[in-house]
Amino acid sequence: MATATKIIFSGFGGQGVLTLGQVVADIALNQGKEVTWMPSYGAEMRGGTANCSVIISDSVIGSPIILRNIDILVAMNKPSIDKFLEKTSEDSKVFINSSIVTDPVEKAGAEVLAIDATNIAVSAGNARAANMVMMAGFLTKTGLFTIDELEQALTRRFAGKKELVDVNMKAVKQGLEALA
Amino acid sequence: MSKVLMKGNEAICDAAIRAGCKAFFGYPITPQNEVPEYMAKKLADAGGVFVQAESETSAINMVYGAAAAGVRVMTSSSSPGIALKQEGISYLVGADLPCVIVSISRAGPGLGGILPGQGDYFQSTRGGGNGDYYLPVYAPFSIQEAMDLVFKAFDVADEYRTPVMILADGMLGQMMEPCEPIAKKPNITDHKWAANGQADKRDRNVVTSLSLKGEILEEMVERRFKTYEEIKTKETMVDNRVQDGDEVALVAYGTPSRIVLNAIEMLKEQGIKAGLIRPITLWPFPYADFQNLPSSVKNVVVCELSMGQMVEDVRLGVNGKLPVHFYGRTGGMIFEPEEIAEQVKKIVGGGK
Amino acid sequence: MAKVVYEKSRGLTDNPLSYCPGCTHGIIHKLVAESLVELDILERTIAIAPVGCSVLGYDYFNCDGVQASHGRAPAVATGIKRTNPDKIVFTYQGDGDLAAIGTAEIVHAAHRGENMTVFFVNNAIYGMTGGQMAPTTLIDMKTSTSPFGRQLEGTGQPILVSEMLSQIPSVYYIERVAAHDIPHLTKAKEAIKKALQNQVDGKGFSMVEILGTCPIGWAKTPADAMEFVKEKMLPYYPLGVYADKASNAGQGEVK
Repeated sequence: MATATKIIFSGFGGQGVLTLGQVVADIALNQGKEVTWMPSYGAEMRGGTANCSVIISDSVIGSPIILRNIDILVAMNKPSIDKFLEKTSEDSKVFINSSIVTDPVEKAGAEVLAIDATNIAVSAGNARAANMVMMAGFLTKTGLFTIDELEQALTRRFAGKKELVDVNMKAVKQGLEALA
Repeated sequence: MSKVLMKGNEAICDAAIRAGCKAFFGYPITPQNEVPEYMAKKLADAGGVFVQAESETSAINMVYGAAAAGVRVMTSSSSPGIALKQEGISYLVGADLPCVIVSISRAGPGLGGILPGQGDYFQSTRGGGNGDYYLPVYAPFSIQEAMDLVFKAFDVADEYRTPVMILADGMLGQMMEPCEPIAKKPNITDHKWAANGQADKRDRNVVTSLSLKGEILEEMVERRFKTYEEIKTKETMVDNRVQDGDEVALVAYGTPSRIVLNAIEMLKEQGIKAGLIRPITLWPFPYADFQNLPSSVKNVVVCELSMGQMVEDVRLGVNGKLPVHFYGRTGGMIFEPEEIAEQVKKIVGGGK
Repeated sequence: MAKVVYEKSRGLTDNPLSYCPGCTHGIIHKLVAESLVELDILERTIAIAPVGCSVLGYDYFNCDGVQASHGRAPAVATGIKRTNPDKIVFTYQGDGDLAAIGTAEIVHAAHRGENMTVFFVNNAIYGMTGGQMAPTTLIDMKTSTSPFGRQLEGTGQPILVSEMLSQIPSVYYIERVAAHDIPHLTKAKEAIKKALQNQVDGKGFSMVEILGTCPIGWAKTPADAMEFVKEKMLPYYPLGVYADKASNAGQGEVK
């Protein structure tokens, strides 16, 4: 079976987890890879926990749904841990927004990385950029893409709005500093 | 054109606009809301008209009006909404009017749920409206294929003067994957039959499904069924990946067939050879592919997100030559590749 | 040499009308057809025929025609008009069609202010299906589904469509007229023409409610049916202009 990277982004509606997934999917597309992005949708999105699945592969992707063996879990809140941690494996990487998930998170064998994302984003003057702080986890731990590729993706996404690119890249860099 | 990342629902609209769609009439229902939202935003710039109707019933009748006037027109909805549109669909057929109906199905019956489902196979392929009729139904399994089939659907609708349905599930509507927008030109023809108020240039045109004389109505229906024979010959589409040596033929349509592909990979690793048959047109159904299976195939397994609807067509196709098994989930629950592999192993007599 | 004193309007085809003797559909068709010719819009008009006695309206109006499903004529008209804004689109609907199964479609077409014209023929009964009670059937009126006379309890008051629709702010023009005698037919023609002219001028939603007869359904002679309109229908369904943005007329100024 072709190797694919299966990523779940999860958090409260409004924390930008769907956007995060789309940015990562866009980077993969521009790397010439196969990619799928699949959101939770409907009433579930409003008020509850939103999530999306991103699968990146060198070959054609079958199902866009991730039901087990999550390779990378980005959890922005506690319900995300409750829902998805059991579907990670001992080889998984788990990035946690430790500003909100204060209890310790443990998964045998898995690499758990706590990122104080919301606090970092708030101190940088933009709480909404907490999702971008989480990108630091990808940059330091996965090798899926470089910071330049991320900046290019944000430039595509916020076409013509350089200030938005700058704000988000600032959040990414602060996340990197915090992890350094 | 280079690839872009697009949501299924939006890709459907992009293809429709490129196919020359000039009118869209819809009504909100999950999980297809991105379709009317996209059309509300973009259709006017493409020289088209968007109206949010007061109901699905009204929306399909607006479609009927625009189609009667010879305009390329589309509507979209989801399961309960498609049920409401059946009256209009029957009228569109009865008046030989082309249009494209997008059905992003969810789990039912009744209000059901908003998660993906395939319980609308009968609704789409057997009608739900009154009378003797069929419509071409396309079931894309990827966003690229959704684009290609929507574009094609407008041409097919015009060529045969029939409504055409795109049947996808909530999964395809909501997911994103890279796709290449269509660059070619649609085949737009002048409809000499259209009732568009040009009686100064031609004889007056009347669009109606009514015929009070039995012998005339019978003739009209029989003529339509001749067209259906032509559609069967020319438009049947199937993705048949079953190869000589495969012992199991797995059958699925739409996005669930992607899960089946994963299951086939798993089975291969375990030494069981299986191949996929994926009907792309649900009507006309690719019966012939089931009559010409390689002799190595001993079992046919149909997987649907329903209690088993397409399986009836598969049985008609197989025609008693082989055992036809069914595995399905419903209510919005989605099978996993592991589940399907497990079922297949049970059927072929355990793993090897 | 004989002098031509009267000619059938070229707004009508030569097809013989299928209506019952004494029914007012024929004369109302004539008024509409004449108006289309006089306004010189016949060739660019699309008539929407409903389900009901006038289902074959497209056989009689000498312009393009589209047959609609029961009650949906305003939605069909919307589809045509929005994609062909320079054409003239009218619906010709009965009370079973417009005031019962088609209430959603008429209310919302009016609400959107669609630039179309609606001719609403109210004869207080379902004619084609054989004389069943309609929402417009008068209290105590006997029909095949109100065999003891319509009762208020359980069936409600007869629906006053013009009054109801005139409450919608985007409506441009609504008038109720009657077809039971020559003076009223003259007035009806004026209203019909005005409702079409409004569309030519791009004014928006116009409707003319025309009180008509159904001698067969009412079990009356044609003459008695005309009398019934005068004696029973007019008191419950007052004639007059219910909305007219051109003159700011409203419900308070019913003639």
